[in-house]
Amino acid sequence: MVKFDIQNLNAWFGSKHVLKNINMKIEENTVTAIIGPSGCGKTTLLRCLNRMHELIPGARVSGKVIFNGVNIYDNSVDPVMVRRKIGMVFQKPNPFPMMSIYDNVAVGLKLNGIRDKRVLDAAVKRSLELANLWDEVKDELNKSGASLSGGQQQRLCIARALAVEPEVLLMDEPCSALDPISTAKIEELIRKLAKDYTIIIVTHNVQQAARVSDFTAFLYLGELIEYGPTRQIFENPQNELTERYLTGKFG
Amino acid sequence: MDYHKLRFIKDRLMQSLVYLSLILAFIPLFSIIYEVFVRGVSAINVDFFIKPTPTVGEVGGGVANAIQGTLITIGLASLIGVPVGLMSGIFLSEYSESRLSMIIRFLHDVLGGVPSIVIGVFAYALITRSIGFSVTAAAFALAVIMIPIVTRTTEEALKLVPMSIREAAIALGIPRWKVTITIALSSARKAIITGILLSIARIAGESAPILVSMGFWRWWFAGLNRPVANLALNIFIFAMSPFKNWVTLAWGSALILIIMVLIISVLARITLTRG
Repeated sequence: MVKFDIQNLNAWFGSKHVLKNINMKIEENTVTAIIGPSGCGKTTLLRCLNRMHELIPGARVSGKVIFNGVNIYDNSVDPVMVRRKIGMVFQKPNPFPMMSIYDNVAVGLKLNGIRDKRVLDAAVKRSLELANLWDEVKDELNKSGASLSGGQQQRLCIARALAVEPEVLLMDEPCSALDPISTAKIEELIRKLAKDYTIIIVTHNVQQAARVSDFTAFLYLGELIEYGPTRQIFENPQNELTERYLTGKFG
Repeated sequence: MDYHKLRFIKDRLMQSLVYLSLILAFIPLFSIIYEVFVRGVSAINVDFFIKPTPTVGEVGGGVANAIQGTLITIGLASLIGVPVGLMSGIFLSEYSESRLSMIIRFLHDVLGGVPSIVIGVFAYALITRSIGFSVTAAAFALAVIMIPIVTRTTEEALKLVPMSIREAAIALGIPRWKVTITIALSSARKAIITGILLSIARIAGESAPILVSMGFWRWWFAGLNRPVANLALNIFIFAMSPFKNWVTLAWGSALILIIMVLIISVLARITLTRG
């Protein structure tokens, strides 16, 4: 089933045209990697999918992003509801600094009106288990989220995003601030989550794209150059630019 | 070699200048604290804390009514000033680019620079003239002094909350106003509490606006439309009186006022560093 159908998507920062006529379909419960050199619009494309792009002053979008059959840019759609269905993990781990591990995970539910302690407890446990963090933190849920290591903080952020039960997880270079061991843990986690979630991951690390994704999109200067099954993109790229990027001729 | 020597001498010279300025800056501070402490300590005994202002000719007496009055005035002022300042600070940081914000910010800066006695006159015109010399008028004047301090510290504190924290909350599908009043305020709360405490320390010692809007009062609290006694005013009135025990009480009042402000400032420090 198609989860996202992106049609003629354009994005601007002020007068700078950063995404040019993007068309792509993203399948449910797959991992799609977006790769490309710095400044090619990877992160912008990702942030257009949960309407985070428009938060930046001067940012503008045109085109359609059809999610579960509904264009999320339709006037009748509330961006807050979009973001509840489409979670996001950021480049740098950003747990809420004044909150405990428990509250970091529970806060999304609490602020959406859920007060029942049993429901919250269950959601916290489930989300931390999903994020492969439960065993490491179950005895110190009241400690500050900021006291964890970088890799643990990033998994905490994944748990926080999962707690509000999204259908999609957008990941913006989630491992770029992490060491190789933490990176391996996150990648393993991405594969596990792909069974139940649609995951779109921006990465500047092509090996990572090859390791974790089912589909790969290559962006260059705001244009979608090539998009297809990861295997095909890596083994038999159709476009010369793609091949040159993947073989490290530029980046 | 000469060059290095010259540099060494310049370095030492500047260092001595810095230490000298430091000592110069501390001389008035320490002499005030020393003087007030030495003279004030003799005024302090049990009566000082439990008895009200003595009538003329009466021996002993205390400033219990002034402590009560000061606390009531500060409390009322905070009740008005803190919410208003907090909310304007939130407005300024969340809608910092709007034209209205620029105007409000400018007006707050002007307000922060207005001499406090002018604010006292304002409170007199607005409140004293309709309900009389009263604690309400004094609290209003002090609140007006507090508002720009609380507003600007709240704004600055909220602006220091990293965008990444706000984005994390927005990406969870939390409406923007909830992000502000929960996530952003809780991340900035130490700095905001510090700002509030410092604004309280600032108004605790104000005397001019109180003199204009409420006046001097020697008795206990008698209702919101009546004046209350005040420590800072005690210092002013008692010190100029010809009665020896009133002069002693003035020193005592000065001492506990300084101690109060000191405690608030230390609390503010502690909140900022630990919390």
